[in-house]
Amino acid sequence: MDQAYQLQASAPATLTRVPFHWYQDTALLQQEQREVFEGPVWNYLCIESDIPNPGDWRTTFVGRMSVVVVRTEDGTITAFENRCLHRGALICFDNAGNSKDFTCVYHSWRYDLSGNLKSIAFGKGVNGKGGMPETFRMQEHQTRKLRIASLSGIVFGTFSDATPPIEEYVGPDVLFALRRNASKPLRVIGRFTEVLPNNWKMYAENVRDTYHASLLHVFFATFRINRLSQGGGVTVSDNGGCHVSTTLAPTEDQDNAYAGMRSVDDGLRLSDPSMLDAADEHGDRVRQQIIGVFPSFAMQRTYNVLAIRQFVPKGVDSTDLNWIYLGYQDDSPVLRKRRLKQLNLAGPAGFVSMEDGCIGNFVERGAAAAPDALSLLEMGGDGVESQETRATETAVRGFWQMWRRLMRI
Amino acid sequence: MADLLTRLMHLNAEYAATLDDDRLEDWPDFFVTECLYKITSADNVRDGNEAGIVYADSRAMLADRVLALRRANIYERQSYRHIVSLPRLTGTDKAETPFLVVRTMRDGRMDLFAAGRYVDRFDDSAGMLHFRERIVVCDSARFDTLVAIPL
Repeated sequence: MDQAYQLQASAPATLTRVPFHWYQDTALLQQEQREVFEGPVWNYLCIESDIPNPGDWRTTFVGRMSVVVVRTEDGTITAFENRCLHRGALICFDNAGNSKDFTCVYHSWRYDLSGNLKSIAFGKGVNGKGGMPETFRMQEHQTRKLRIASLSGIVFGTFSDATPPIEEYVGPDVLFALRRNASKPLRVIGRFTEVLPNNWKMYAENVRDTYHASLLHVFFATFRINRLSQGGGVTVSDNGGCHVSTTLAPTEDQDNAYAGMRSVDDGLRLSDPSMLDAADEHGDRVRQQIIGVFPSFAMQRTYNVLAIRQFVPKGVDSTDLNWIYLGYQDDSPVLRKRRLKQLNLAGPAGFVSMEDGCIGNFVERGAAAAPDALSLLEMGGDGVESQETRATETAVRGFWQMWRRLMRI
Repeated sequence: MADLLTRLMHLNAEYAATLDDDRLEDWPDFFVTECLYKITSADNVRDGNEAGIVYADSRAMLADRVLALRRANIYERQSYRHIVSLPRLTGTDKAETPFLVVRTMRDGRMDLFAAGRYVDRFDDSAGMLHFRERIVVCDSARFDTLVAIPL
């Protein structure tokens, strides 16, 4: 029986239910690669300042596919699948570099900066013997190329002609937030990878799950830094797949919505609160903001922390979470120091993020013997509309709406 | 009085035992008041990236991290075994020391969790060695699941 058909037959009629086998089925990985990552979506590739000069390149991922993103001679950005057209070896096998062209190390097939095959070693043989047949035409062999869009220096790529312009794809609110984050030239100040022992979709959900934030991550509440009742909300794009959730700095100290939280009222305080000395860089009172762009990109602003997260599926139950810590190129030493100290909040050792490293695995293990049981997503109703609260799972349902549409489930 | 190398080895042995025996509350005492503790990777050092996954520029921040681990953060029960090699003096107040950390999880699973080198500047003014700086330069920038206990 066709895999897609099987899934369709068992698919719940509502976005409020997710069968656990959707995270567990190995066969889904290949279908996701084809229909989701190589489908009508925008995949995060890099930031422009990763490849400032002609010939600069970086390897990145579109789902499980290795991709080279390159600054060409004329200053434009191109990207192509990192797979030699001959025997399939990686064309580039480092993280980054600068080249005039690319030569596969296996048999020296050579490509230009745009990924076009330019020459074949011993193509005419040696001393009239061997070589490629007369009928072989290099131009009939093309690397798979992505269409590129740069949003204020954040570079995305798509394999599909059907993908709408990125501004339309992410919607006006995500667009506004991304442009504000990238309103000045970005500079990478750290790169780390967190190996998540869970399916990539659990992390994509987690990023969109505004409900868990103050319940699982109780650092802020424990040290009396902020409350669930601070202002904010979540906006979901029309396609469901993109979102921006915002928590605003409190305007008064009156709120006390701790209901049900693990933290206890014992008056703990930080001995060195300088970690949280923040500058309101954009004059918008945003304390914490998470942006998700379907399928594999998130960007966060927490106090003065600015970070991109790229999630790369490595197997049905393993995901590489690439953290890209950012500042602006014109950061003053004082502001840069704030970012370095506040980054204690983010990443694999982050005070308000380390739990996300293990929580997906807790679900994997909890549901290991329950492939047909259903995960519940009813907070805030059953729709995918924007809501003026974070006590909702609307953006998680939005993720599934987009995933199910692309997977035809 | 023992020579400097011997005292550094003693310091490193006490440091490792403090973390591995879960005496985290004693860990900040290895540092001077205004210190720098950072966990980073060789690639980030090479690329001039300043950020770490842990970054503390005071002993009080180290104490805050321990308090957060004890009272706020959630992670599965685990322990480290530090295998710390011989320190190499790189200046009058500087040393580098390679380390391995094996992590044992609640269910008994063991992994080689981290390898790297401590890049230290120390203070010897109070008749006792303390770290002015301890930069934990991991050979890899990949970390499995999460980093809770300090390295």
